[in-house]
Amino acid sequence: MLIHVNGDPYEIPAGETVADLIGRLDLAGRRVAVELNLDIVPRSQHAETALSEGDRVEVVHAIGGG
Amino acid sequence: MTASFQDKPFTIAGKTYQSRLLIGTGKYRDLDETRDAIEASGAEIVTVAVRRTNIGQNPDEPNLLDVISPDRYTILPNTAGCFDAAEAVRTCRLARELLDGHNLVKLEVLADQKTLFPNVIETLKAAEVLIKDGFDVMVYTSDDPIIARQLAEMGCCAVMPLAGLIGTGLGICNPYNLRIILEEAKVPVLVDAGVGTASDAAIAMELGCEAVLMNSAIAHAGHPVLMAQAMKHAIEAGRLAYLAGRMPKRLYASASSPLEGLIR
Repeated sequence: MLIHVNGDPYEIPAGETVADLIGRLDLAGRRVAVELNLDIVPRSQHAETALSEGDRVEVVHAIGGG
Repeated sequence: MTASFQDKPFTIAGKTYQSRLLIGTGKYRDLDETRDAIEASGAEIVTVAVRRTNIGQNPDEPNLLDVISPDRYTILPNTAGCFDAAEAVRTCRLARELLDGHNLVKLEVLADQKTLFPNVIETLKAAEVLIKDGFDVMVYTSDDPIIARQLAEMGCCAVMPLAGLIGTGLGICNPYNLRIILEEAKVPVLVDAGVGTASDAAIAMELGCEAVLMNSAIAHAGHPVLMAQAMKHAIEAGRLAYLAGRMPKRLYASASSPLEGLIR
């Protein structure tokens, strides 16, 4: 199914969770925050939050800034 | 500080800090330079930006928060790059999740790319939402004393007027407005943006600011680590001078050496 990750189209198998997606992106264990359709998905809920066709996911991290 | 005089601690959102210098982590050559500059500055609060993770690129790239550990530093996520209240609120919520529920944020809502001047209307809107949502908001604003007062009354934990535009290094452009803001201050007032060199930081502290936040002045110095050290001293010197109270200015000379006993 097609979702969007950080604004770009991204194809994943149906039935995957946020945790699956993070693993797929090689970001497991990294310090990132996830937003799903404008709502925060707390880290503790990544494994139980299922993704659906058309979802818009944002994955962010901290970078240098003033 | 001598043993006979103890300055009151610098407190933000209930936490006390030794250093009155807050620094940004942008514009450095690399993460090593970032770490060394922070170390040299003695800063305990450091700002970071929140951005989309690059998908599929350099998964092994070191993460800023591996270098600047949240266990050692108070991480102050900013909303730089946000041009309306909704974007800023969204960024703060992501930052809170990123930092495991840490509520302290630097709110900045900008008006345009050329000036990066704060959009105070959107800033006020965002501050209201964030405070209701439990955030401790340190707010970047213009040097308008009325807006500064409103932000403090609304419940921001620190008000941070600009001394000059972000990244200009022009120094304290309007010390008189800052003085009015400081005179009325009900929450800590920090200068944020505009500082170019050590004397600017000292002037901000002499005016009575609780602390100074800077990034470019250190990161874009010829030798950032050396400038970080200079800033540390300037902040301390300025603070001491403020506490000591400067002598009055006068038009005519006043001899420092006694006039009695002169050989004639």
